Amino acid sequence: MVPGAMNSQQEHPKVRFYREMLLIRRFEEKAAEMYALGKIGGFCHLYIGEEAVAVGAISAARDEDYVITAYREHGHALARGSDPKRVMAELFGKATGLSKGKGGSMHLFDVPRHFMGGYAIVGGHIPLAIGLGFAIKYRKTDQVVLCFFGEGSVPNGAFHESMNMASLWRLPIVFICENNRFGMGTPIERASALYDIAHAAKGYNMPYHHVDGMDVVAMYESMVKILEVVRTGKRPIFVEARTYRFMGHSMADPAHGHYRTKAEIDEQKKHDPILVLQAALQKEELLTEPALKKIEDEVHATVQAAVDYAEQSPEPDLSALYEDLYA
Amino acid sequence: MPKVSYRDALNQALREEMSRDDRVFLMGEEVGFYQGAFKVSKGLLEEFGPMRVVDTPITEGGFTGVGIGAAMVGLRPVVEVMTFNFAIQAMDQIINNAAKIHQMSGGQLKVPLVVRGPGYAANRVAAQHSQALDPFFCYVPGLKVVSPSTPSDAKGLLKSAIRDDNPVIFIEAQLLYPLMGEVPQEDYTTPIGKGEIKRPGSDVTIITWSKMVHISLEAAGALAAEGIEAEIVDLRTLRPLDLPLILESVRKTGRAVIVEEQWPYGGVGAEVAYQIQHEAFDALDAPAERVTSEDVSVAYAKNLEKACIPDPAKVIKGVKKVLYQN
Repeated sequence: MVPGAMNSQQEHPKVRFYREMLLIRRFEEKAAEMYALGKIGGFCHLYIGEEAVAVGAISAARDEDYVITAYREHGHALARGSDPKRVMAELFGKATGLSKGKGGSMHLFDVPRHFMGGYAIVGGHIPLAIGLGFAIKYRKTDQVVLCFFGEGSVPNGAFHESMNMASLWRLPIVFICENNRFGMGTPIERASALYDIAHAAKGYNMPYHHVDGMDVVAMYESMVKILEVVRTGKRPIFVEARTYRFMGHSMADPAHGHYRTKAEIDEQKKHDPILVLQAALQKEELLTEPALKKIEDEVHATVQAAVDYAEQSPEPDLSALYEDLYA
Repeated sequence: MPKVSYRDALNQALREEMSRDDRVFLMGEEVGFYQGAFKVSKGLLEEFGPMRVVDTPITEGGFTGVGIGAAMVGLRPVVEVMTFNFAIQAMDQIINNAAKIHQMSGGQLKVPLVVRGPGYAANRVAAQHSQALDPFFCYVPGLKVVSPSTPSDAKGLLKSAIRDDNPVIFIEAQLLYPLMGEVPQEDYTTPIGKGEIKRPGSDVTIITWSKMVHISLEAAGALAAEGIEAEIVDLRTLRPLDLPLILESVRKTGRAVIVEEQWPYGGVGAEVAYQIQHEAFDALDAPAERVTSEDVSVAYAKNLEKACIPDPAKVIKGVKKVLYQN
């Protein structure tokens, strides 16, 4: 759900997907601008091109499910319903940010929405997801964990230890591999002996699915079915969502150059999940030109309000330096 | 008060805390069916069942992360590492996750996790099984580090560690497991962050912890026969250090000897020595002395291992040095 979105309750679900993806897209474009202006510092990993994965998957989840991911996470937080103002304020390092300015782009947490972070060590958050799943089993609830990670983390030891325990202990976890083909500048075939990433699940006796990560409706429909199986069957499932990022690994990295060509990106942009959905909605007559413009204007206003809020918010007080170190 | 072994005192602490709070569970290698590699968890699986006493694969990084994740959503895991040497596999989880999640989340999440197990050298178990890794954990803000020397301290501190909402690294010692001591049977806790004078004295302050408390007590007995009365400060908690207790004793005696089963460069005693000279410089009649392990990995040969670790003779030598009695 997008806070501040008008009439989203009465919107057709596909129109809602469009709005949510567009919000992420415009938010990320604005973040890029703000980074170039020095308002956002450090590392900023943009989700541009991958929006369908987070929106499709998280839309299928319940409020009580847990969502956990790595550092390319602005889209996941927004898809989970985090307030864009508080996300932007966190990116700006302001006291009003989701993590009080202590986390930044890579450490967004929104615990009331069960958005459990925000982690910078590749693969390092995956064992945490197993812990969340373990707690669900311990408490005998029917929650599910959605654990997102990139294909670059699949060779990592933490991934393998986690997959083994999830399968061995039959934990309700969906492993969602966002395969955007490149770990920074290294294509998957130079890092992984296994090109078909989903097959990693075979080594752990775990069912797996390939989903088109550029198609939000396909993501959503697959995830609805998968979540039902995981929730009732109380066992993990692996999803490989094939997607593509249009920008560099982070704002500090080139979009193309040594590791991929501009021509390749341009070709992939033909599969832009937002444009693809837009065309489908217009063809199905679910989205008229005026309605499209209205959504664009509302999203623009939301993003601008987020920047204004972040700009106007104070930095953390120096006295906050030692706050939240020990409980 | 009954005499209970250090091992059984830990077992009592686990049993009591697991009975008191059903969010507490134990996880680690061989903790369940095997009854515990060192029998610390004996009988717990039978009493509490497999959901609360969880046998893990040999994957310290992975299962420590599982403990952290479970703690994030309000369970209170006790992760057992068979030895702290193996915990090195879990350092990414401990340092990058456990220690930082409370801060990175702006206080939204807590990590009430205990990582416990034996540290320090044992009996000829060689280089990769004999390490004292205390400083690696003491270095990290966000962690607490505890290292008890007696059965009653072990029980009271483990209960406190389990009740603490922060990640606590709880370092036991294999050679201390059979040590007998009086242990209260009622529900009691020992405060984290507070040391204890294990032996009062007026001539020199020995600051120490874990196994080295007993080495120091033995040395103190021999020194007393020569008319030197050593005061032994058992730190019990390594992070946060009980500086007021340390400094009060040093200001009284004017001489400080830190006895530590640590490598010299950056062992916890180095921080203690810095604090002493920084805060109580004028009270010192001699530079602070550190009696440490030798700056090598512990070798297998019996005589080499013995040479590596502080013993009463080395403690006595250190005390006499600060007394300028050579």
